[in-house]
Amino acid sequence: MSGRVAIIGIGITEFGELWDQRYRDLITKAGTKAIIDAGIEGEDIEGLYIGSMSPGLFSGQEHIGALVADYSGLIGIPAVRVEGACASGSLALREAYLAIKSGEMDIVVAGGVEKMTDVSASYATVTLMGAGDQEWETFKGATFPSIYALMARRHMFEYGTTIEQISQVAVKSHDNACLNPNAQFPFRVTLDQVMRSSLIADPLRLLHCSPLSDGAAAVVLASEEKAKELSKNPVWIRASSTATDTLALHDRKSLSRMDSTILAAGKAYKKAGIKPKDIEFAEVHDCFSIAEILAIEGLGFCGIGEGGRLTEGGDTALDGRIPINTSGGLKGKGHPVGATGIAQAVEATLQLRGDAGKRQVKDARLGLIHNVGGSGATTVIHILEVD
Amino acid sequence: MSRGVAVHWRLIPQRYNLVGTECKNCGEKFFPLRQLCPNCRRSGDVREVKYSGEGEIYSYTIVHTPSEGFEFMKPYVIGVIKLVEGPFITAQIVDCKPEDLEIGKKVELVFRKVIADGSNGIIRYGYKFKLKE
Repeated sequence: MSGRVAIIGIGITEFGELWDQRYRDLITKAGTKAIIDAGIEGEDIEGLYIGSMSPGLFSGQEHIGALVADYSGLIGIPAVRVEGACASGSLALREAYLAIKSGEMDIVVAGGVEKMTDVSASYATVTLMGAGDQEWETFKGATFPSIYALMARRHMFEYGTTIEQISQVAVKSHDNACLNPNAQFPFRVTLDQVMRSSLIADPLRLLHCSPLSDGAAAVVLASEEKAKELSKNPVWIRASSTATDTLALHDRKSLSRMDSTILAAGKAYKKAGIKPKDIEFAEVHDCFSIAEILAIEGLGFCGIGEGGRLTEGGDTALDGRIPINTSGGLKGKGHPVGATGIAQAVEATLQLRGDAGKRQVKDARLGLIHNVGGSGATTVIHILEVD
Repeated sequence: MSRGVAVHWRLIPQRYNLVGTECKNCGEKFFPLRQLCPNCRRSGDVREVKYSGEGEIYSYTIVHTPSEGFEFMKPYVIGVIKLVEGPFITAQIVDCKPEDLEIGKKVELVFRKVIADGSNGIIRYGYKFKLKE
């Protein structure tokens, strides 16, 4: 058994409609910040894993591994693009983790990037729907908001979850985004504003949906030996897990829970030897407000069906029992899909280093990040800690 | 992006006539067609089965921000239908007012135009559902 793996450097760009920046600018900027933060040189990096969902459709560009290595001044090193729809970032993080865990490499960079605003909103909608089943969902006119709306309707039907409870997720995300200088939407919204925003896919409205965003994030990972040598404040990856489910929503055993999250969470807690109640904060995949409710239920922070009430009661707020999405989440911070999983790792690292500023969770030592692809066909979970 | 005719042509039995598969080993029915029973894998064997098109609404949503190519239909209803034979499928529910929709209501299959690739491209047809009287 090899030693532990640590995050020793983090970098992130602002998230938003960044019209003056190209795909390659974004990832190069995030990567450079991470490398400077880690205090290493380019020569120290042995491998590169880049999470990106659909640069081919958003920008017409494939062959991302080589592109990023090229523009980062790292020509020669192994560089691979990793794809798992909106979970691409976390899958890249996991591949980087496994590369070190295997003993093959000691210092690896995991990055995530997406450039989504160069195309029309309807083209972006079609592109994102590539995460679903092209033949049997997209062909019928299903969109991602509509897929999550089908889950929301079912959750409301089975558990009595209210649209107010679902809307409270967005209110909280925006509250937290106000404290994040990189967030796309650093402003507050009221419950009334959320519930009166325009309908996208009934019962989901505009302010229940994460935006189209540009952005990138990167982390430097190191083996235990290297981390202790190079870093004063390593953040250890205590567990990494992933699980899959059917690609199409309609093939699932249930529409009102996310089984890939339940499965991945069970594996992660077992590997870490902890229980959900031990987790002090979490970044979860709130691509739509209902998704955060499914996430906190699947992660075991409350029972299945109780996520709406947990949110309404303030337990998931910054000063609550289990703060969720201190970064503002996908809703408030923005959701450049490939970057999201890495951005979650950046936020958790800031929290565990005690560097999260006004959104700091007091004395945080153990956090979880949860990243979902599509409607839940992929979930990736990492549990992070400091000694 | 429009793709070749074969992409649509090879799915005609399923999209026009709701042909799916059934596992000869465990008896579970699937739609759409699968080459492999996910329960029995290699120990199973699948055969084609045609579904009746009768079912009920399991969940639904009214889409106000459509996908590319569906703009002219908006708002339209997307539902998950539980077929009487067991499988669930995603489909549009048509010829109804949103306020008439309810989880559990009975629906039946109708054959409709689904989408066209622009004014000169392929017109694709397939199943939709309507409320049963």
